[in-house]
Amino acid sequence: MSRQQTQRLASVLITLTAVLVFVPVIVVIVYLIWQGIGAISWEFLTQPPRNGMTEGGIMPAILGTLVLTMGTALVSMPFSIATAIYLAEYAGDNRLTRTIRMAIVNLAGIPSIVYGLFGLGAFVLAAGFGTSILAGSLTLGIMTMPVVISTAEEAINSVPQQFRTVSLSLGASKWQTIWHQVLPHALPGIITGMILGLSRAAGETAPILFTVAAFYIPTLPTSIFDQTMALPYHLYVIATQVPGMPLRVQYGTALVLLLITLTMTLIATAVRTAVRRRRDW
Amino acid sequence: MDTAQAPPESLPNRRIGERIIEGIILVAGISTIIIVALIFLFLLKEGINAFLDIPLRELFGDRWYPIDGIYGLMPLLVGTTLVTIGAVIIAVPLGLVAAIYLGELAPQWLREILKPLIEILAGIPSIVLGFLGWVALAPLIQNAGADTGLTAFTGSLLLAYMSLPTIISISEDALYAVPKEYRDGSLALGATQWQTTWRVVLPAARSGLVIAVMLGIGRVIGETMGVLLVTGNAANMPPLGPGMLFNPVRTMTATIAAEMGEVAQGSLHYSVLFGIGLILFLITFVVNWLAARLVGVSGARTKVGGQV
Repeated sequence: MSRQQTQRLASVLITLTAVLVFVPVIVVIVYLIWQGIGAISWEFLTQPPRNGMTEGGIMPAILGTLVLTMGTALVSMPFSIATAIYLAEYAGDNRLTRTIRMAIVNLAGIPSIVYGLFGLGAFVLAAGFGTSILAGSLTLGIMTMPVVISTAEEAINSVPQQFRTVSLSLGASKWQTIWHQVLPHALPGIITGMILGLSRAAGETAPILFTVAAFYIPTLPTSIFDQTMALPYHLYVIATQVPGMPLRVQYGTALVLLLITLTMTLIATAVRTAVRRRRDW
Repeated sequence: MDTAQAPPESLPNRRIGERIIEGIILVAGISTIIIVALIFLFLLKEGINAFLDIPLRELFGDRWYPIDGIYGLMPLLVGTTLVTIGAVIIAVPLGLVAAIYLGELAPQWLREILKPLIEILAGIPSIVLGFLGWVALAPLIQNAGADTGLTAFTGSLLLAYMSLPTIISISEDALYAVPKEYRDGSLALGATQWQTTWRVVLPAARSGLVIAVMLGIGRVIGETMGVLLVTGNAANMPPLGPGMLFNPVRTMTATIAAEMGEVAQGSLHYSVLFGIGLILFLITFVVNWLAARLVGVSGARTKVGGQV
């Protein structure tokens, strides 16, 4: 076989393999929309489940997921952004910095179910929060830290060095420079990372299994020490634990969850693209 | 860092305020180390009894019957290993080739469509993919002639696609980092594009590709809800042989998820489940540590979490 033939064969094989990767993604999304769209109605989105969860809607689960996502943001945001500022602006090339980076890499690799175990041992039992929104938010918040830290650090690093030099030379202190010059320019990037981290938290099931998620609660939570229903866990429950569950409702629930997380992902990527286009440095 | 170009009008208490803020920022940075240590300590505290109270021989035995107080982890280890190997066999070639396609072959307009598609795949919650595997993929596999659709293979297929975003995005970065001069030089010497990719670009990107694969494996080992739904959850030793992949299995992660809800706190069963968590923690720790060692931590840094 001549090398031109090899070239042609390789191109064809590579393209075919790429088709194998990308087409199933489209098929999955289209299939889920096709199967689930029929279940989605105003009632489905705004009513609690009725009749052994086989009728009515999924409102408490949607609301629970939104509450948990907000709790996650409150836990994760301050810690992650402060850590990112430390790494980007203060950290020297020393052992401490390397250890912190190593810790973040490891946090990113820990399986979500292990975060669930940690949340159970640390927040539910040792801290005495019980299975509650607080325990769940803390667990999810810690889990999202690596993603938020690394995107925030990247955003801070992408602010040109001249901005800092000019600010410092005008007599501003290091912190004034960070606060008034660096962070405003890094903000869109930081927000992108935050939304990406939250979209992942919103879709997670394993970390909330033992820390917050409830099988069925007709009322809405009133305090951070209450349990709550949540969409991912609800989908797991109705798919596997409730006999006679109409498939339509299952697909509808899966579609609502997918739409929530995808909307967040798309917003994050849109913010990023818009910022890159507008950036004039 | 403390070059102290304090302007003349700066007030002493502003300096103190800034010192406090900078102190808080340092503490936040150190907190990441403390959190990793705390996770390890809590897993150890709740799980240590499993390793102290059960003779190691029994703990790594081949029967998992918690109801009878028999906690042999071997079926779960085998389950995780089988599913992981299957997923790696599917995902590594697909992921690397897709990265080559995106980086070297695809026209610009197509790349701008396909790259968001990867982010979308990364953004699909694992429970949603697991659900689809359970209601749609498993029946397909059963119709194809397997005894049941809920097998290690079904799990491997699902996990392969879940790990693709990690593998593709990190490999693509590795390919992108290969200097353009390498390609130009090779092409100028008369090599075809494929020869350039195969003999020049891929070897130059090797360490990044290895990391992509390792982090992909880490993602596969730790995945929970997908495998819980589609692998059939039978904690048996599958009969040795080529048909192994087409038996129902149960992974370590799925065991924790399925059983933790029903055990009494402080019981031996509870400790064993935490012990499994500890093993998972250590496995992923080693995988990530090795991956970071290969490039130096700074290289792996920007790709924490895979899809960013």
